[in-house]
Amino acid sequence: MELLASILKNLPDAVSLGLVWGIMAIGVYITFKVLDIADMTVDGTFAMGGCIVASTVASGWNPIFSTLFAILCGMAAGLVTGILHTKLKIPAILAGILTMLSLYSVDLMILGGKSNIGMSQFGENRVYTILDKLAAALGTTAKTTNIITGIVLAVVIVMGLYWFFGTEQGCLIRATGINEAMVKAQGGNTDTMKIIGLIIANGFVSLSGALVSQIQRYGDVGMGTGTIVIGLASIIIGEVIFGTKCSFKVRLASVFFGSIIYRVIIAIVLLLGFNPNNLKLLTAVLVIAALSVPVIRGYIFERKRIRANMKKYEEVETDAGA
Amino acid sequence: MLVLKDVCKTFNRGSANEKVALQGIDLTVKEGDFITVIGGNGAGKSTMLNMISGAFPVDSGLVKIGGENVTNQPEHVRAKRIGRVFQDPMKGTAGDMWIEENLAIAMRRGKRRSLRWGVTKDERELYKKLLAPFDLGLEDRLQTKVSLLSGGQRQALTLLMATVQKPDILLLDEHTAALDPKTAAKVLAMTDELIKEHNLTAIMVTHNMKDAIKYGNRLIMMMNGKIIYDVSGEEKAALEVSDLLKKFEVSTGEEFANDRMLLV
Repeated sequence: MELLASILKNLPDAVSLGLVWGIMAIGVYITFKVLDIADMTVDGTFAMGGCIVASTVASGWNPIFSTLFAILCGMAAGLVTGILHTKLKIPAILAGILTMLSLYSVDLMILGGKSNIGMSQFGENRVYTILDKLAAALGTTAKTTNIITGIVLAVVIVMGLYWFFGTEQGCLIRATGINEAMVKAQGGNTDTMKIIGLIIANGFVSLSGALVSQIQRYGDVGMGTGTIVIGLASIIIGEVIFGTKCSFKVRLASVFFGSIIYRVIIAIVLLLGFNPNNLKLLTAVLVIAALSVPVIRGYIFERKRIRANMKKYEEVETDAGA
Repeated sequence: MLVLKDVCKTFNRGSANEKVALQGIDLTVKEGDFITVIGGNGAGKSTMLNMISGAFPVDSGLVKIGGENVTNQPEHVRAKRIGRVFQDPMKGTAGDMWIEENLAIAMRRGKRRSLRWGVTKDERELYKKLLAPFDLGLEDRLQTKVSLLSGGQRQALTLLMATVQKPDILLLDEHTAALDPKTAAKVLAMTDELIKEHNLTAIMVTHNMKDAIKYGNRLIMMMNGKIIYDVSGEEKAALEVSDLLKKFEVSTGEEFANDRMLLV
């Protein structure tokens, strides 16, 4: 009972974190599912978004500009990976890893050589995050503001992406992820399509990092580690719940739901006394389990079929012997 | 409509896998020509079509389509002048997208793609009208994913996608080879009808000599990356399969032993 009560108490935080991290998962969805590229840049972009905001807000920037600047830098990171992959023909995974690696140094530069920067909430160094400003404007508590912001952003992003991928340009990006030969034959530049997709995706990831750092009130050079796996976990959880046959709009929304459920799962295991140090391991196991279930189910089905088939002949042989 | 001048291409030059694919191809295609291309495996038939569509840069020579020099134009730029249907029915369409979305992408071949909605209402009516004559029931399934269609239906759709914006030249690369005989005949008849109806200029690679003779107004035979026989008009109309076999024996100096080419 006590556990249930503390879960309920933690639910609003899990939901708002889920929504904000969901923006990152949407970025992963665009590259991994729509473009069929495993974009490892994400780990670097997420941390960069957080570091940019932490560093600039702490030094007195308006948090709105900081966040916009973080988005732009994220898009630039996507552009770099896109050029490495399409123009310099570096395999997509390696191109992403290279950008991610270089962003680590960039993040340290942004943080002025420190490994993290805080945005203090009290005292004379108090700075205001975007969420502080919104809370003041709406007259709501921090918790409520986080949830409202998350919901509004999620709805806007789902609608916006649904619109974009329905346009002439967006259709061609989707087609590029499905069949490049067809896109080329129909006069589409597949390189440009991939670059656009990577730019948009990393813009979202950076925005997500920027908001997460404003919620936790610090940016850390290591905050991006494993981001892509968390993104994949969210997508997979969404697919398990909503299936893969539903409309594009629902699939986009399912990524946010998946992200929220992921956060709820994390909150529950932490409340159960799980060591937070092992969270990344847990996430990886979760993704491995989700990805391997259909394969294992296939093996079992196949073995059953073989056994049933063989049994039929064994019976025939015994009959003949008798 | 299409001019090829002394086009040469060698793949993997300087390595152990060096392959001379095209050795000085000269070909002038007039507007309204429907050329069938035959030849043994590795003769360079598909390579020639891929070269025309710009899938790889040529070593030397000139490629002109519709009066424009496209020799150095990348594949996606010259695509505005070219309609293509591939041997693999999966290759010409995006399986995970609707029929109407595929058609809409083809409808905008060679045009600027904006942020307007991808499929308009008027278009939908047009697609229904265009799909109806195929008699495959596709006109009522515009919002069906292409991956649910059969190979023949996908090839029919690809054919429509290749011609919905009238191309300067239509390239058909053994586009019925992966289909069962009955469907293949149907798709081939559709192809012929479309070409006649829109007065298209087309090049069709085939392994079937009977089809090569039956369709088109001109026939070329390729061997070792060269055009070794080029016949058109009445002479072409009077051709028999045995003539082609004889021609092949004369030029190779050996018995015709490729079963695939004999399939009729």
